[in-house]
Amino acid sequence: MAFKRPDGRKLEEIRPMMAKIGVVPNADGSAIFSFGKTVAIAAVYGPRLLHPQHMQDPKSAVLRVNYDLLSFSVSDRKKPGPSRRSQEISKVTEWALSPALDLKEFPNTVIDVQIYILQANASTRVAGINAASMALAQAGIPMKDLVCAVSVGKMDKDLVLDVNDEEEHFEDGEGATDMATARLANSDKWTLLQLDGKIQPDLYPKALSLADKAFAKIYEVQKKALKSVMEEEK
Amino acid sequence: MSAMNLSNLTKNTLNKMFALGKRFDGRKLLEQREFTVEYDVSYKAEGSARVKLGKTEVVVGVKLGVGEPYPDSLDSGNLMASGDLLPLASPRFESGPPKYNSLELTRLVERAIRESHVIDLKKLVIKEGEKVWTVMIDIYPINDDGALIDAASIAAMAALMQTHFPEIDKDGKIDYDKKTTKKLPLLENTIPLSLTFYKLGDSLVVDPTREEEEAADGKIVWGISHYKGKEHMIHSAQKGMDAHLSTDDITEMMKNLPKLYDDTLKKLKKFLK
Amino acid sequence: MKNFNDGNNDENYEEFTGVAEPTSRTVVVPGEVVASGDDFLAGEGARKEGSNVVASRYGLAEKVGRVVKIIPFSGAFIPRRNNVVIGRVNDIVHSGWIVDIDYAQNGFLPLMESPRFVNKHEMDQFLAIGDVVAAKVWNVSPKGIDLAMKGKGLGKLEGGFVFRVNPSRVPRIIGREGSMINLIKEKTGCNVTIGQNGWVWIKGNDIDSELRTRRAIEFIAEKVLVSGLTEKMEEWFSKNK
Repeated sequence: MAFKRPDGRKLEEIRPMMAKIGVVPNADGSAIFSFGKTVAIAAVYGPRLLHPQHMQDPKSAVLRVNYDLLSFSVSDRKKPGPSRRSQEISKVTEWALSPALDLKEFPNTVIDVQIYILQANASTRVAGINAASMALAQAGIPMKDLVCAVSVGKMDKDLVLDVNDEEEHFEDGEGATDMATARLANSDKWTLLQLDGKIQPDLYPKALSLADKAFAKIYEVQKKALKSVMEEEK
Repeated sequence: MSAMNLSNLTKNTLNKMFALGKRFDGRKLLEQREFTVEYDVSYKAEGSARVKLGKTEVVVGVKLGVGEPYPDSLDSGNLMASGDLLPLASPRFESGPPKYNSLELTRLVERAIRESHVIDLKKLVIKEGEKVWTVMIDIYPINDDGALIDAASIAAMAALMQTHFPEIDKDGKIDYDKKTTKKLPLLENTIPLSLTFYKLGDSLVVDPTREEEEAADGKIVWGISHYKGKEHMIHSAQKGMDAHLSTDDITEMMKNLPKLYDDTLKKLKKFLK
Repeated sequence: MKNFNDGNNDENYEEFTGVAEPTSRTVVVPGEVVASGDDFLAGEGARKEGSNVVASRYGLAEKVGRVVKIIPFSGAFIPRRNNVVIGRVNDIVHSGWIVDIDYAQNGFLPLMESPRFVNKHEMDQFLAIGDVVAAKVWNVSPKGIDLAMKGKGLGKLEGGFVFRVNPSRVPRIIGREGSMINLIKEKTGCNVTIGQNGWVWIKGNDIDSELRTRRAIEFIAEKVLVSGLTEKMEEWFSKNK
């Protein structure tokens, strides 16, 4: 019998998505992106001066990502300030985004991406990457492509898209496997791959092809939010 | 956005404009921007609110936890406000250990709430001397266009007023997924707010934009309520920044503060659930 | 002195207007195919991938003849030689002034650029920290950005105020051959200097006309569309007397 999702979704169904740009007027670019109750906000500042000097790259801007949870975004209040988890996510997010950017025009500078989770119901890092990708575009940074991100889950033996809180704690059979993925929107270039759990080697490519299906939908949501600036004017 | 510091000429012009009672956005000197309040920033908080005051935006979440009382107040629950000036909200804010400004923000919001006794901490005792509720107010700016403390205090009160207790199961553990209908014990008709007056030259101004805030030489943050719905009561005050204030300045503020408070409260009440 | 609009001749302006009238304009995101076929060439903000022209920036895609380019909605100022910039003096060193030009690197204004003799020990008599200058980018090198201040309309700015718009909106505030900025000056009677770095200086005879000028410039800077702006500006002035 197939896995029954606690919120009644079909296995390949993503939670309702919401996206909006320009949510932090101070920033050079900003966006909010949500998968259901998971809400991420991202702001981009830069290119700007990078201190200390030895971190500068004379050939390109440096991308610097900071990801964190707001203390009240989770049930057990999170102490403010970076944790081992948030530092790791910041770094993999940097790697997820940088292949999409073309930073040659801005040597010796830094582009700061700030990602905060307002409300967490699993899949926060992938929501953050979707928001950050839009914020970078809005900031006018030259890009090869947008980046789309989604989590794929394996619940016992079944693959699902966009894992939520309850599913993360599923324990029956082979239990829950959480796979965070990101890819350039229009090419076969994976930029984030993380996996925790149990999955057979021949099943992993199938998980990725499931992510592929999700990216088409996520990309549409991102594009629509970026293009709606025109409609607001009319 | 740019992080260029305020120039001498813009500061001088602002000084002259204020003397004529004018501002860049057309407001009067003691006129506050319009604001909106939204709720449910995070369903994982026991209460939360978002305030947009002009382009300034602040989110506040209230978490309730169970802990031990402080040794000097065994018959009371605990109250704590914290937060951080997220580098998300301004090119001026940097990552790293909290600086004084973020301490000031949370301290001043906390003191107005604490000193007004709007939260009946005595009703937060679960087992006297052993187990009490702790009210944790977390404050985060999303966009800083000035007057963060004022916006944060509005958001904090809005969040507190719709905070509900979570369930405690039979082992005494909190089940955050289950919220009760029981609200936080708040004093009726008392809504303390922090309101800041800034000084530039001889002029007093409220609710500055970031540009105006950077031009100002001095400020004072007042915590005030219409206590139990009867009379205005000041609960806290703190002068900040280098410039001095004169007795005339204070007299002028005492004349205008109650009206500013009443106007703010009137706007806030439109959004109260 | 401060009555210039050098921006007219700036290359950014050419980028903005193009030579011929565009045939179509649509909003595109980076990575999006804007045109297909070997007939099309990739202009500014676009690149060729196979036979496709693909957007590299978020903005308006514009086809002018065979060339497809992107007019970005926003983006950082990148200093180029001869750009006019408005900057703020951040520091004084022994041979000149360090000027914040709202870029990731500061500009350097040599002492000898001062229009009058300045005593090396009293440099703040001419330019103190916090003062504002209109200057020209003289040289951009890995070592830094050199500024020059000799020239019409350049120098220390006195009176009025400065504010910032997104640097990508500067060409439209200047307008075709300076049409927009001339319209604004004519309607308000104010002096206006626009730096390519997005900083704008306004000085008029009274504060009310200065404030009106700022609102007019912000109105035009916030519009996303780029067509029919002169009409919109005229309309704004008739509504906001």
